[in-house]
Amino acid sequence: MRPFEYVRAVDAGQAVALVSADPDTSYLAGGTTQLDLMKDGVLRPARLVDVTRLPLSGVTSTGSAIRVGATTTMEELAADPVVIERLPFIREALLLGASTQLRNLATIGGNLLQRARCRYFRDPAVEACNKRDPGSGCAAITGFARMHAILGTSDHCIALHASDVAVPLVALDSVVHVQGVDGPRGIPLTEFYRPPGDTPHIENVLRHGELITAVEVPLLPEGARSHYLKVRDRVSYEFALTSAGAALVIQDGLITSARVALGGVGTLPWRSWEAERVLRDAPATRETFRAAADAALEGARTLPGTAFKVDLAKRTLVRTLETIAGARA
Amino acid sequence: MEVTLNVNGSAHPLRLDARVTLLDALRDHLGLTGAKKGCDQGACGACTVLLDGRRVVACLTLAAQCEEREVTTIEALSEEGTPHPVQAAFARHDAFQCGYCTPGQIMSAVALLAEGRAGSEEEIREFMSGNLCRCGAYPNIRKAIRDVAEEG
Repeated sequence: MRPFEYVRAVDAGQAVALVSADPDTSYLAGGTTQLDLMKDGVLRPARLVDVTRLPLSGVTSTGSAIRVGATTTMEELAADPVVIERLPFIREALLLGASTQLRNLATIGGNLLQRARCRYFRDPAVEACNKRDPGSGCAAITGFARMHAILGTSDHCIALHASDVAVPLVALDSVVHVQGVDGPRGIPLTEFYRPPGDTPHIENVLRHGELITAVEVPLLPEGARSHYLKVRDRVSYEFALTSAGAALVIQDGLITSARVALGGVGTLPWRSWEAERVLRDAPATRETFRAAADAALEGARTLPGTAFKVDLAKRTLVRTLETIAGARA
Repeated sequence: MEVTLNVNGSAHPLRLDARVTLLDALRDHLGLTGAKKGCDQGACGACTVLLDGRRVVACLTLAAQCEEREVTTIEALSEEGTPHPVQAAFARHDAFQCGYCTPGQIMSAVALLAEGRAGSEEEIREFMSGNLCRCGAYPNIRKAIRDVAEEG
């Protein structure tokens, strides 16, 4: 690992000033991605600014939303009473991710900014990676692509965004609050990530040095039911092959409100407005759910290694929606 | 840099490179070799210790981040030579083969019990999944944990 200087931030303003002023300085929160990638030689910051002692932890409720401090850990958020009561699919997604040991370290801000699990990105011995070394090519497209994306890909990168909790968060229209040298701003999570296009090394709209301070998560309406389903190669402690997070309000057999997002398939947490359009005002039947799943995967671009994901993702979404409808009945 | 670690109830002033993880500080600087280095990338759980009472992987935690926090390692579990109930249950149920993952398994199990997540076989299976055992001693590990959970 390249030597670095460790700085424990004393306040957010100092942290933002330090990181903004130097492209070689990065934030350090839970460290579960940052330190891992530094050990692998993928990230090589000269200085780390530790933000875990800043007063950015904890969940507050405003009645119609919760505000999750950026350094709240995954375990802390999963244990929050409002999340348990009103946002159960967030709790499900959190507890199906990583292990307890990692969830006790990993923060919500860091979870949103986690880097790709692409083996080629994570191995500097592989030369071709446009995300790590822009213009060098993509070894994944011609390599083993089982764990890669089929939605939002480009000819330059097919790396998956592997977060579980970002799936329900994007379905809920959460807002990422950040602080920069020019002051604070709020960014809808649906506009936070950038698809790879021809610049896969740029993953989101943050300016260097902007610090995530909180994530604001709207509560589900009364009567809504939600579910997060994750399908993977082993039953626990594994990334998703496919996943789905959805919330429905069903009245007299009709879907009056629908929120749908997919994991394991997109270069970013994949909100499916297409599926939501099919579901809204339609009867809560298997036919409707199948039509929604077809709509969600219509734009999929597969490789031989990822072709199986189209049907798997559809079945994952149908099962998720059936589970919600069944719980309602 | 100067880092003071509070480990098993004692303060240890250390002079460390910023790159030193909690795991390396414990093993190489404090001689506490109970926590094991398996994968060194947060995947195997062999380095599990408690930080302020919560289980974490010591390999992905910088020592510098642990100042003013309480670190508990497997070395602190037994009291005056009497094994902790989880240690005794692991021995009773033969919950290991080579033993390399065992300190991490035991620390994780102690936390699991404190979290109230040892209520069923399925729950133990799910919430112990961050601790890998290459020898495949899982059935006996679960038996040992259930035994302690049922003793209450």
